[in-house]
Amino acid sequence: MNQFQYVRPTKQKAAIDALAKDANAQIIAGGTNLIDLMKRGVMAPQKLVDINKLPLNKIERDGSNTRIGALALNGVVAEDKLVLEKHPLLAQALNAGASAQLRNMATVGGNMLQRTRCHYFYDTALPCNKREPGSGCGALEGFNRMHAIFGFSDKCIAVHPSDMSVALVALDATVLVSGPKGDRRIPFIDFHRLPGDTPQKDTNLEPGELITAVDIPDAPFTKNVHYLKVRERASYAFALVSVAAALNIENNTIKDARLAMGGVAHKPWRLTEAEKSLVGKPATEETFRQAAEVAMRGAKAFKYNQYKLKLAPNSIVQALKTAAAVA
Amino acid sequence: MNPEPEQPNHDEARRTFLKQSSLLTAFAFTPGPVLQAAAAEIDEKVASAFEKVPVRLDINGQKHKLSIEPRTTLLDLLREQLGLTGTKKGCDYGQCGACTVHIDGKRVNSCLTFAVMQEGKEITTIEGLANGDKLHPMQEAFIKHDGFQCGYCTPGQIMSAVACIREGHADSDDEIREYMSGNICRCGAYANIVSAIQEVKNGGQKV
Repeated sequence: MNQFQYVRPTKQKAAIDALAKDANAQIIAGGTNLIDLMKRGVMAPQKLVDINKLPLNKIERDGSNTRIGALALNGVVAEDKLVLEKHPLLAQALNAGASAQLRNMATVGGNMLQRTRCHYFYDTALPCNKREPGSGCGALEGFNRMHAIFGFSDKCIAVHPSDMSVALVALDATVLVSGPKGDRRIPFIDFHRLPGDTPQKDTNLEPGELITAVDIPDAPFTKNVHYLKVRERASYAFALVSVAAALNIENNTIKDARLAMGGVAHKPWRLTEAEKSLVGKPATEETFRQAAEVAMRGAKAFKYNQYKLKLAPNSIVQALKTAAAVA
Repeated sequence: MNPEPEQPNHDEARRTFLKQSSLLTAFAFTPGPVLQAAAAEIDEKVASAFEKVPVRLDINGQKHKLSIEPRTTLLDLLREQLGLTGTKKGCDYGQCGACTVHIDGKRVNSCLTFAVMQEGKEITTIEGLANGDKLHPMQEAFIKHDGFQCGYCTPGQIMSAVACIREGHADSDDEIREYMSGNICRCGAYANIVSAIQEVKNGGQKV
């Protein structure tokens, strides 16, 4: 591992200053992804800004939002009473991610900023435009069974690995950030980027910006929700495909719906058209099949991930059935 | 145990490293990191790429004042500097759970955190679980149920198993399997590990 300078500010402004001053500085919070990447030489920051002394771990109400601090631990959020009561979909998604040990380390802010687990990104001997812009995408013509079916470019077909983010994009969350130019709010759906010609940029965070919290608005998605994660073992594996489904059902009619997928794109993949197709319809398998068809419009697979074209719609139907408690 | 283990010659390491890279000599001509930090209002711990950071840790009830190179993971500190080799290095990437320890009572992968980040924390390793010569109930149960074969994953399994019960995630075989999924056993002792955890849980002993 390359050597680095280590700083541990106790004030938010000092953290932002330390970050903004140095293009090769990285924030470290839980460290579960960054240290992994540093050991492998995929990332080599010259300075680490340890933000664990900043008071950013509260989970509290703010008007009609639940505000979750960026340093709240994944394991704590997943078992928080407020979260379980108001946003059970988020708790399900968090518990589907990683292991109990990692959830005790990983933070909410860090979870969003996870890098892809694409093998071409992780292996420094192989080409990857995300790790080394201009070196090419090894996955495009390579072993691409874990890769995207939506929103990819010829520069990058990697997928975002976070489960939590799939729930947060479905729940209309907002990311609160603070930077050298002040504070701003980023709708979760605009937080992560599609690869385009700059796959090295995962998010729309500006240099020197620090995530301080996530706001989740109250919504009637407290009962009929389900996070379905399909993976190659029963627990502790990244998703092949995952689905966050939230329904507001009255008298067996769907009043409102939220739907997003993980493991299919460079960002958590919100399915707004499919959501619209559900509204006003009866909560039946037929309705869910039609929504899945809408959701899959524009999907395109590569040599080894053709299976996702079937797995994804089937997972959508299954997640919606479970959310609606339809047998 | 020696709370201040011998460190390699720092100045010599610095000289060798500087020779290797002309880029890094730039560091030598910039103000010292502590001064830089003062200018930027960065309080608390600051270390340049070459300096060790003073860290206080409570490990298994014993207070340590250490001087740690920032790259040192908690796992490497325990094993290489403190001689606490009960905690195992399996994958070193957070995938196997062999390095599981408790920090302030929570189970974590010690390979995926830098020791300098744990300033002031209480760490419990497998060596701190027994009460003198009396094994912890989970250690007893692993022996009774044959919860291991080669034994390499066992310290991590036991640290995780104790936490699993304390967290309240040991109410059924399925729940135990889910909440123990961060600990891999390549010998495949899983069924016996579940039995051991069930026995301790059902025995109602304090863990």
